[in-house]
Amino acid sequence: MTFMKSLMGATAAFALSAGAALAEPALIFDLGGKFDKSFNEAAFNGAKRWADETGGSFREIELQSEAQREQALRRFAEAGANPVITMGFAMADPLSAVAADYPDTKFVAVDVTWLDAPNIRQIGFAEHEGSYLVGMLAAMASKSGTVGFVGGMDIPLIRHFGCGYAQGAKAVNPDIKIVANMTGTTPAAWNDPVKGSELTKAQISQGADVIYAAAGGTGVGVLQTAADEGILSIGVDSNQNHLHPGKVLTSMLKRVDVAVYDAMKAGADVETGVFVLGLAEEGVGYALDDNNASLVTDDMKMAADSARQKIIDGELSVVSYYDNDSCPALSF
Amino acid sequence: MDFLTIIQVLDSTVRLATPLLLACLAGLYSERAGIFDIGLEGKMLMAAFFSAAIAATSGSVWLGLLAGIVSSLLLSGLHGLASITFRGNQLISGVAINFLAAGMTVLIAQDWFQQGGRTPSLIGGGRFAPIELPFAEALSGVPILGPIYSELISGHPILVYLAFLAVPATWWILYRTRFGLRLRAVGENPAAVDTAGVSVVGLRYAAVAICGVLCGIAGAYLATALQAGFVKDMTAGRGFIALAALIFAKWRPWHAMWACLLFGFLQAIALRYQNIDVGGFVIPVQAMDALPYILTVVILAGFVGKAIPPRAGGEPYVKER
Repeated sequence: MTFMKSLMGATAAFALSAGAALAEPALIFDLGGKFDKSFNEAAFNGAKRWADETGGSFREIELQSEAQREQALRRFAEAGANPVITMGFAMADPLSAVAADYPDTKFVAVDVTWLDAPNIRQIGFAEHEGSYLVGMLAAMASKSGTVGFVGGMDIPLIRHFGCGYAQGAKAVNPDIKIVANMTGTTPAAWNDPVKGSELTKAQISQGADVIYAAAGGTGVGVLQTAADEGILSIGVDSNQNHLHPGKVLTSMLKRVDVAVYDAMKAGADVETGVFVLGLAEEGVGYALDDNNASLVTDDMKMAADSARQKIIDGELSVVSYYDNDSCPALSF
Repeated sequence: MDFLTIIQVLDSTVRLATPLLLACLAGLYSERAGIFDIGLEGKMLMAAFFSAAIAATSGSVWLGLLAGIVSSLLLSGLHGLASITFRGNQLISGVAINFLAAGMTVLIAQDWFQQGGRTPSLIGGGRFAPIELPFAEALSGVPILGPIYSELISGHPILVYLAFLAVPATWWILYRTRFGLRLRAVGENPAAVDTAGVSVVGLRYAAVAICGVLCGIAGAYLATALQAGFVKDMTAGRGFIALAALIFAKWRPWHAMWACLLFGFLQAIALRYQNIDVGGFVIPVQAMDALPYILTVVILAGFVGKAIPPRAGGEPYVKER
């Protein structure tokens, strides 16, 4: 009996120490999938950079259905992962249900800023500011005076993107026509490149010659068709300029990778609260590299950079769609 | 809506209806022979992946098409094996095929290309190029008919023409050949066919194989003609809309074409106009997206004639002893 006790005690101690040693971060990708060349891939890249630099390892899961959200959170929390990083606005409800049950676990929620829990680091991005800049670039690059916007699933976040974009385009050319479409109303809208292509063709026939895709995997179809039809496109979240060199005007960067990297680096001591990363924090921006150097002229760059500085200084404010659920420059 | 816009919407309709039509005809052969097939989606997805993968590695879209058809045929064979030879439940076999395809494509793609479950973008000979029909350029100046010919009829990849030619071919095979008669009979009353000394199993396998070939072409069209590569879950429910179209068409080839064109048209309208204003009454885009399903339910409920499936559909054939 005593032997049994000590054995069990030893096992328990071992389990405890194992639990402490295994406090590795966990990353939950949203339905778009880990390699969507966009939002989730940016998170993966940030995590990979952390793993490469520190030699650490992280656990990950790609969600396949809505039902897995809460399950995945609980599994990681119970396995001792810390922090548990989640991607996407849709994790908000499961998080608010789960977070209180695991007070010692830190959660990091990307794209969620409205929860009230002491152990969640909530990271939002000022997508409207970044979109404003690419909207300016689009309007300056457009020769037809019409620019397009293809959103993924019709949710406030995507309208937020579109709204900033429209304001930026209108700032350059008040008479510009903006054609905006959403791919769908279900999560399937993040992965329907065929529909993305058709939307692009429809927008081209309405005169658009620069199209901004904020649509996850659907955006692959938008960029492809834009390149096929000889017009410019704008990528989103990750730098997508390399997908069609010389045909992607720029990409609206959302530095999810930095957010994930920082969270993993801080580990279990990650600071909680609400953080909104804008232009000033370099949380958003537009991509310039060899692939689009010939497309973005010095004038365009100067105009965008001066607007960027003005937004940072507070001289220029971009209206957020969230403020009153409507957009002054675009109706959806 | 001006004339040019109408042409553009119809052009989009043709592009969107083609995969539906191919899948719908595929289902038609299978179901007319008494094998329900809800695995159309999975077969299309598998074919989309293999056609893109082979086209990307070999640089030849024709090899890609062949690979797509073969992969779809293999899944068809699996469905046949489960539901004809082993007399399993056809619906469950179909669901299994859908799951199998959704998982396997991404898994193989990741292992093969390491691009996160997608294939590399196809370039040059790896894609089906649009075909300019003769005189399209010359006739484009002719009013009304010119744009219809040069924009709407000309300028599609060859698979589109193939899909529309498959409609009269299917009608002819089903209603004008001995094989077609037997195929329909085996879906209505397999015992009678068996009594006549014709192999029920053989006929059903033939129907399932034709279904596989057509699904293969549909998948290849998605990945190598409409798009330039495979993306996870790229069929996005088109196999199910094709099934809805099949019911809507009451299992008849010409009607299937019109049903697919109608569903394609609804999609094209929904893509072109986010909200449609009809005399002060706004129809949201979601309603347009849902319309194919609503129409199918209306048909199934018997409001517009009766949709009666082939009588022996879903029943494995057991020879009486």
